[in-house]
Amino acid sequence: MTESPAPVLLESLEARFSPGARRDDRPGFEGYIVEAARLLDFARVLRDELGYDFLSSVTGVDYLPDGRMESVYHAYRTTGGPGLVFKVQVPRDNPVVPSLVGLYPGAELQERESWDLLGIRYEGHPDLRRILTWDGFYGHPLRKDWQEAYFEEEGKPLKNRWPEGRVYRIEDKVPFHHNVKYPAGWTPEGWVPEGDNALYAALGKISSTDQDAADSMDTDQIVVNLGPQHPSTHGVFRMVVRLDGETIRSLKPVMGYLHRNHEKIGERNTYLMNMPFTDRLDYFCSMSNNFGYALAVEKLMAIRPPERAEYIRVLMAELTRIVNHMSAIGFLLNDLGAFFTPVMYAFEERELILDLFEMTSGSRMMCNYFRFGGLARDLPAGAMERARELVFNRLPRKIDELDRFLTGSEIIRGRCVGVGVLPREKAIAYSQVGPVLRASGVSYDVRRADPYSIYDRLDFDVCVRQNGDVYDRFMIRFDEMRQSLRILEQVVRDMPGGEIQTGKPQYQVRVPAGESYGRVEGPKGELGFYLVSNGKPNPWRYHVRAPSFINLTALEEMCKGNKLADVVVTLGSIDIVLGEVDR
Amino acid sequence: MYGIGILKGLAVTLQHLADSYLDDLRWLGRRYYNPEALAARQGTEGRGVFTVQYPEEKLPVPEEFRFIPFLIYEEGENGKQLDRCTSCGICAKVCPPQCIWIVRTTDAETGRPRPEPAEFYIDIDICMNCGLCAEYCPFDAIKMDHDYELASYDRKTRHIHDKQRLSRPLSYYAAIRPANFAREEALRAEKESAKEAAKEARKN
Repeated sequence: MTESPAPVLLESLEARFSPGARRDDRPGFEGYIVEAARLLDFARVLRDELGYDFLSSVTGVDYLPDGRMESVYHAYRTTGGPGLVFKVQVPRDNPVVPSLVGLYPGAELQERESWDLLGIRYEGHPDLRRILTWDGFYGHPLRKDWQEAYFEEEGKPLKNRWPEGRVYRIEDKVPFHHNVKYPAGWTPEGWVPEGDNALYAALGKISSTDQDAADSMDTDQIVVNLGPQHPSTHGVFRMVVRLDGETIRSLKPVMGYLHRNHEKIGERNTYLMNMPFTDRLDYFCSMSNNFGYALAVEKLMAIRPPERAEYIRVLMAELTRIVNHMSAIGFLLNDLGAFFTPVMYAFEERELILDLFEMTSGSRMMCNYFRFGGLARDLPAGAMERARELVFNRLPRKIDELDRFLTGSEIIRGRCVGVGVLPREKAIAYSQVGPVLRASGVSYDVRRADPYSIYDRLDFDVCVRQNGDVYDRFMIRFDEMRQSLRILEQVVRDMPGGEIQTGKPQYQVRVPAGESYGRVEGPKGELGFYLVSNGKPNPWRYHVRAPSFINLTALEEMCKGNKLADVVVTLGSIDIVLGEVDR
Repeated sequence: MYGIGILKGLAVTLQHLADSYLDDLRWLGRRYYNPEALAARQGTEGRGVFTVQYPEEKLPVPEEFRFIPFLIYEEGENGKQLDRCTSCGICAKVCPPQCIWIVRTTDAETGRPRPEPAEFYIDIDICMNCGLCAEYCPFDAIKMDHDYELASYDRKTRHIHDKQRLSRPLSYYAAIRPANFAREEALRAEKESAKEAAKEARKN
């Protein structure tokens, strides 16, 4: 199903838009540089004529020395094949880029994030507010000249640790030191918080004539805040809904309660130091996060791990998928009111898999197991036996048991069938990925569409379900676990011997200048890492395309018209992890 | 008929409930506080109640388990501690949260650095247990510990570990990580003999 992008059309793209679009000819970079004024035309041609119907990632880069900002887009075809990168360059002092929300609604949250963190203004965006930092925040933290409190140096390793290490506690430093910048003329005493007025305004009031229910009863619309304390058990997340009676008219997700600017930390870190930090993104699936990041850096370094390492990587990634899907099903049942029994059944299997992770990597959840060009260490004695036992005996049995336990239940069917429907076209338009996309009838899986590692050699099916409702998103996780077991059987059977690392393990890797985008099919969907290197030990730009963050773009679309009680179930069916959403 | 699915599901929970009692019976009161039973309960054939009665019962940690680094010293004559650490600073450079501070020893007479640390601090509040320091130490001098019960009432005094608090004898390392220890010692011996051989070759 992987078809190559039509080269003729792509060739003519440059000529057609000349001088509005040109190839990015910086060494190590790819794709097109489009002029801001022609961006909308360019994107429309891509989407409508060339079939790039899926806008996967929107982000920005601050090229401080050149005085430029760049907005970077990655687009794909849902029929498969490699992606297309295009960029818009704007001056740093007035970065204004036309918004693509009209063409690709999936850009909505991502453009907000780019505005929030980099200060790129997307003109025409319907609701350009801050998203990850709080609304009173001053400055745009991912800009290269922005410095946080306790700022020490531009990049690690920090100089005062060796050879004359002066130990100190972070709170012994003055918390609000000269690193903190305030707007001119601002005083803490005179500050009045704006509150949530902008947020409530963004919900929009629907006039009574719009109401589809043409009954004579006069109902008022009210705004309800769900959260920010665990609206379900997924983490600190808040949903603001406008209700008409009990029916959802509009919904806004509010997030950032767990925001720590993972990307800024990542740009201060060396390449290797980022590996343990990626564990903390989606803390359920640290192996998959490691995988994506390792791929992105390996692409830049142009190395590949040895055969055995590839097999172990896939073994770990697929076990992670089973862990995640089991817990996702369990937590969805929590949201449905089946309080914790399904979760605990799922967690039993999870513990057994995490035992395997622990004996291999040294930690249950924060595995930090992948290295550039290989792995941290080989499988210890007993790990393969445990894996074989799990894959051939325990997990198939337990997945069937969970299936028997849940899927037939009339309560689950009653609560899930036909709820939170996301039709196929909208799933693509809203850049949904992973189980959410596939439950809406789109057969798109990065492992098949753009194979990485050894997935092109493995035999498995891409699971698809057609209805796009909560029940299908629930069921597709069972399908995917069974496919993962198929992959695992092959991996365990064919596990080759040999080395697990290409070259010598190094703590300072040399990464040539350039950009790369490594993406894997994580359990929650396409997990991408966008890196820009300038040849220094620290990455110039490090961006995470977080699947559960971008899947939230369609939450409003799924919930509209449903009842208030269905919101929590719909959220549960997306399966978010706030460590990844808030970054 | 409506309700069949629910009943089928309830049969699964009933099975789990029954299993927990049946497994108790199988062990005849020796299901808990018994390492043999613990291994069976936590194995892939385990049935019944899965939880562990911490802190009376503890799960054995695997050899690779990592928690807070420690420094290795070899025991010399008269109980003298010979640090393996040469204060090369690689651990401090590779540490992602930068929680390692090292002061190098300078020789009082010559003013030149000596290959041993004068001070060595790890702030365990910041340490993220990633294990990179142990992985990249060229002298096998810093390793990850197995002791995870470090909670204390006062983080101000107890959570910056100094060199004394960090130092552990080589025998401790050999006890908690036998396979790693054997492999590394073999490598060290091999390197040593290669060095000797090179010396001999130069002499002749």
